[in-house]
Amino acid sequence: MSRQPLIRARGLHVSFVSRDATIAAVNGIDLDLNEGQVLCVLGESGSGKSVTLRALMRLNPKAKTVMRGELNVAGHDMMALPESKLPALRGKVVSMIFQEPMTALDPVFPIGRQIVETIVRHDGVSKADARQRALDLLDLVQIPSAKMRLNAYPHELSGGLRQRAMIAMAISCRPRLLLADEPTTALDATVQIQVLLLLRQLQEELGMGVVFVTHDLGVAGEIADRVAVMYAGRIVEQGSVSSLLARPLHPYTQGLLGATVQPGSRGARLTTIPGAPPDLRRPMQGCAFAPRCPQAEESCRAAVPEFCHPAPGRTVRCIKVMETL
Amino acid sequence: MAKLDREPERGGPAQPLLIVKGLMKHFPVGSVLSGGRKLVRAVDGVDLTVQKQETLAIVGESGCGKSTVSRLIMSLLEPTEGEIIFDGDPVGGYRGIGLKEYRRQVQMVFQDSYSSLNPRLTIEESLAYGPVVHGVSRREASERVRDLLSAVGLAPRQYARRFPHELSGGQRQRVNIARALALRPRLIILDEPVSALDKSVEAQVLNLLMDLKEQFSLTYLFISHDLNVVQHVADRVLVMYLGKVVEVGPVDSIFAAPAHPYTQALMDSRPSMDPARRRTEPPLKGDPPNPIEPPSGCHFHTRCAIAREMCAGTAPALLNVGQSREAACHAVVPGSAFVASERWVTP
Repeated sequence: MSRQPLIRARGLHVSFVSRDATIAAVNGIDLDLNEGQVLCVLGESGSGKSVTLRALMRLNPKAKTVMRGELNVAGHDMMALPESKLPALRGKVVSMIFQEPMTALDPVFPIGRQIVETIVRHDGVSKADARQRALDLLDLVQIPSAKMRLNAYPHELSGGLRQRAMIAMAISCRPRLLLADEPTTALDATVQIQVLLLLRQLQEELGMGVVFVTHDLGVAGEIADRVAVMYAGRIVEQGSVSSLLARPLHPYTQGLLGATVQPGSRGARLTTIPGAPPDLRRPMQGCAFAPRCPQAEESCRAAVPEFCHPAPGRTVRCIKVMETL
Repeated sequence: MAKLDREPERGGPAQPLLIVKGLMKHFPVGSVLSGGRKLVRAVDGVDLTVQKQETLAIVGESGCGKSTVSRLIMSLLEPTEGEIIFDGDPVGGYRGIGLKEYRRQVQMVFQDSYSSLNPRLTIEESLAYGPVVHGVSRREASERVRDLLSAVGLAPRQYARRFPHELSGGQRQRVNIARALALRPRLIILDEPVSALDKSVEAQVLNLLMDLKEQFSLTYLFISHDLNVVQHVADRVLVMYLGKVVEVGPVDSIFAAPAHPYTQALMDSRPSMDPARRRTEPPLKGDPPNPIEPPSGCHFHTRCAIAREMCAGTAPALLNVGQSREAACHAVVPGSAFVASERWVTP
């Protein structure tokens, strides 16, 4: 397989247009992902992380979405690709797992049938062969008594098993890129760690690239190779997971890390980020984080800071970082 | 007009504020037509005490009964069996403290900040509702609303006239906390109060809860699935599994060395935050079992790493294991038949 990057995005903008307002959800992001890499997109609600993920598959509602910039996924120009070509791509080259398997799976069909349908649609094999493959897939995602579970409806499975079934469906056609939108947020901690370990193992076995969206720093620490932190539709910091968690450079990342309750902080006051994220309906001047930033000054509000590279493999969108180093 | 001040302490500082004895709640499931009714033993004999001005946390996986316990204590549900004693007085019945008075002194904050507010009432109306029901004049109630909003960090002039949908999740949760404070309660039950919030907002609300506890001398019953949050806020912690208490004790000693294998597994399931120390094996396999037909003996034996034959046979009692801790596990009882018992294997 060629060593070309799996994802290459340059200046990607996504906005939602309605009669009342235009919401600039993603404001020019650059993203690169190679085969076999796991990238975590970290951010709070409204930061544009899920919109970015859906944009990679062009899943945002087409009537309201305006996309701008450059986006190449597994060699396909996603901006130019006609709508009719998308179904062949989705599930085969790029597939996605969602936060809520109960709403993502079809409640009126057994899970086996839903997996078989995907395999037949993309690989054109017979139903019997597809069924055998579905069975192997359920084994692969460690669903006990897989044969019986093929005929189970989604509501008959527990939350953890449902999420495993959705993962089985997502990897059924060996996609090169797997997109995961907070797949463990709705699960108990004991089940969350099982699913994270499963995803990591599958990713290594199948060599997929994975983009994993989460708001939980701990989850990123368990699964990511690289982390991109988003704030108000922009990536504000990017780097390897170990260096970023050990030494966050952007004031927002620092605030996020400080606000996360960690073992051993008992009784101490948590550091908080004052204020609230900006309203994305209004155009932003300069750094979007400046109104909440303890280090902000006049020049922060003048223009959107360019990326700087304070250390190898690290990029930060903050003009103060170079001064403090 | 009633002034509605905080009730004075009655039992003295040594009297626990809340004592729960043998609490049980069984829900019938399935219809009579489909082969008889079954019972979900959502809460199956829970004892707990909450001392004055302490924070007791209840933790466990979904379906373990922690939310049912909170609703039983709030008497939003009728217990199948069991007794609740508030500051020395039994709740309900003709001898003890009446329900209206009890609910004034015990208030609750729910996880979903939106569905717990009436969407058609302004914030001011929502906050004044309780005090007016309890006989406070409208003028005084609206004065109180201003104080409450300031106490939770919302500017009254800006927020009093707004509707719930005009606030963010964190602001709505502050309103819910203000409403819980409106009747000057002594005990507040917090059912996953920060689970639906973003991390930076979660920190703000946790700080607020700590400040209010200090300011109003409150006692908290804090229900959560997030052990990091529990370790941060709680004094004592109670671990539940399938309707039963498996371990209870001070936060520091339990987090330093859990006695029950389930508590250990819960702690090990926390993401490490350190990529260099990633887990390779999940601490627990599988999901929690179906509470309709829980495993025999110790409910946890099907997922337990050290289970023996004896665990499948008899349920362990909750026993003192030192350092004011109690655990329900055969393995921690010195001289029990556990050591001699065969290893349990999945049938």
